[in-house]
Amino acid sequence: MGEQSKTIIDADSQAYMRKRNGTFKRWSKLLLRSKTGTVGLLIVLFIVFVAVFAPLLAPYNPNAINPSSLHVPPSWMEGGSTAHLLGTDNLGRDILSRIIYGSQVSLLVGIAAVLLSGIIGVSIGLISGFYGGFLDNILMRFVDSFLAIPTILFSLVFLAVFGPSIMTLIVVLGLTNWTSYARLVRGEVLSIKERDFVRAARSIGVKNNKIITRHLMPNVISTFIVISTLSVASTIILESSLSFLGLGIQPPTVSWGTVLSDGRDYLATSWWLATFPGIAITITVLGIIFLGDWLRDVLDPRTK
Amino acid sequence: MNYIVRRMLQIIPVLLIISFIVFTLVFIAGDPVALMLPDDATLEEIEQLRESIGLNEPFYVQYGSYVFRVVQGDFGESFRYGQDALSVVWERLPATFELAIAAIIIAIMVAIPFGIWSATKQNSSIDLIATGAAVVGKAMPNFWLGIMLILFFSVTLGVLPVSGRGSFAHLILPAITLGTGIAAEMTRLIRSSMLEILNQDYIRTAKSKGIKSVQVIYKHAFRNALIPFVTITALQTSTLIGGALITETVFAWPGIGQLLIQAVNTRDMAIVQACVMIIAAIVILMNLLADIIYRILDPRIKLD
Repeated sequence: MGEQSKTIIDADSQAYMRKRNGTFKRWSKLLLRSKTGTVGLLIVLFIVFVAVFAPLLAPYNPNAINPSSLHVPPSWMEGGSTAHLLGTDNLGRDILSRIIYGSQVSLLVGIAAVLLSGIIGVSIGLISGFYGGFLDNILMRFVDSFLAIPTILFSLVFLAVFGPSIMTLIVVLGLTNWTSYARLVRGEVLSIKERDFVRAARSIGVKNNKIITRHLMPNVISTFIVISTLSVASTIILESSLSFLGLGIQPPTVSWGTVLSDGRDYLATSWWLATFPGIAITITVLGIIFLGDWLRDVLDPRTK
Repeated sequence: MNYIVRRMLQIIPVLLIISFIVFTLVFIAGDPVALMLPDDATLEEIEQLRESIGLNEPFYVQYGSYVFRVVQGDFGESFRYGQDALSVVWERLPATFELAIAAIIIAIMVAIPFGIWSATKQNSSIDLIATGAAVVGKAMPNFWLGIMLILFFSVTLGVLPVSGRGSFAHLILPAITLGTGIAAEMTRLIRSSMLEILNQDYIRTAKSKGIKSVQVIYKHAFRNALIPFVTITALQTSTLIGGALITETVFAWPGIGQLLIQAVNTRDMAIVQACVMIIAAIVILMNLLADIIYRILDPRIKLD
């Protein structure tokens, strides 16, 4: 009897999930229908490709100094050469190679930090929404506190204390960015836990943590995917901002933010140094936003 | 009234949590004594200073006395400026306010006409350009936009100053830099709330009665779209201050953002703590204000 009702509850909970998430076939059909979604996906795939194959694609070592070719302009300008398509900087380093390698840091920090904040935020949202009461109150005050401080400010304080490195940067951005997950997941849980399959599971005495992992967690995955995608975009901007301020990625690791900040001192003579890394950031973020907006439309029709 | 009092009481735990997080971080950061004494101080002198400023007390005693001092407005002394941290922060606030208000004015001037225009002519080329520009505005890191503006208006054309504060001309580029992201968000928001309202029955009724469409748009639709708009504008305070941190650094604008970044770089923790608490208090007050205004503007929501 117990086993049987559990099977029915599972089937019901899975059916609810399927209804919300749909099948792969439906997804690919919907993707092709949306122009911005397709463009976004192509951009993202391109950046991932560049990051993974950076050592093969980059014409030079991104840190190789070349005193015989300082401040070489991009190839299409007077004085430019095809040896350095996007020109070189004040130390003769090849800008194209630096941008290609910079994509690695952006993606690594963006994805790792978002996963970390996703784990923190989803856990807090699940616990807060499911248990409610005093615990919920305390956790939501924590969310309010984090929301009252601009993310970049919190990150700055953390970095001031722990000193900049890739690891700290990932942890810091992960620790400061989890609030949107917690709030949205909590809201979802509040409504899902009133569904019949959750009530039924409770009534036959399924343990709380089992309800959370088996029935609630699979149902908030779509929320998780949508927020994560859009968070990668804002995290990439944040990482480049912190690196630009000298508090993020440190040399010799190449980040778009540091390349930009190096170029800032030579605006009057070499405009290309600060221009191209910014274009790289903008295109990457744009691609991720397009993809994220499309995912939101597909997965979460309410917020359209 | 009851509601407002309750909301104000909720501020207290939030500020306490923030002060706790910041204090813990600074506690982990370690001994400020090394920075306060000359390099050749003896161990005895170090020990004496530690004892006199209470660094030998356990963590919770130190935190307690910290909160006690902060409530009285005492954030400690900045070792870099040699004066009370709160008054250093206080002196910088007007510059940040000036920049923030200018940015909001620019954002409103752009967002209202374009938001309305694109909503009333949905899917027209104007709509596509406005929504496209809004997405690009969101994808661009604002420090890069600032540098590009400097490159174009200051370096190439030579019409606007590169950095600093003083004349009206100094304000233009930083305000545009900070305002762009906000304008993008606002345009999107006005467009979507106008679209929603334009589909309401009373708008159709007004149109069918033969009222001129200009009048329908402004008198009936736009006024109602203003309600979410006012709230969201106030809720942008956090984004605005976060953006100001970067913008002020790019343009050497002598506000609280520039002060904070310098303080983080020199590990002037008294200033860092004072900045965080002041910024958090401003954001929380603006959010409360948004909530109250929303309830006043929309009589359907009762104040209890």
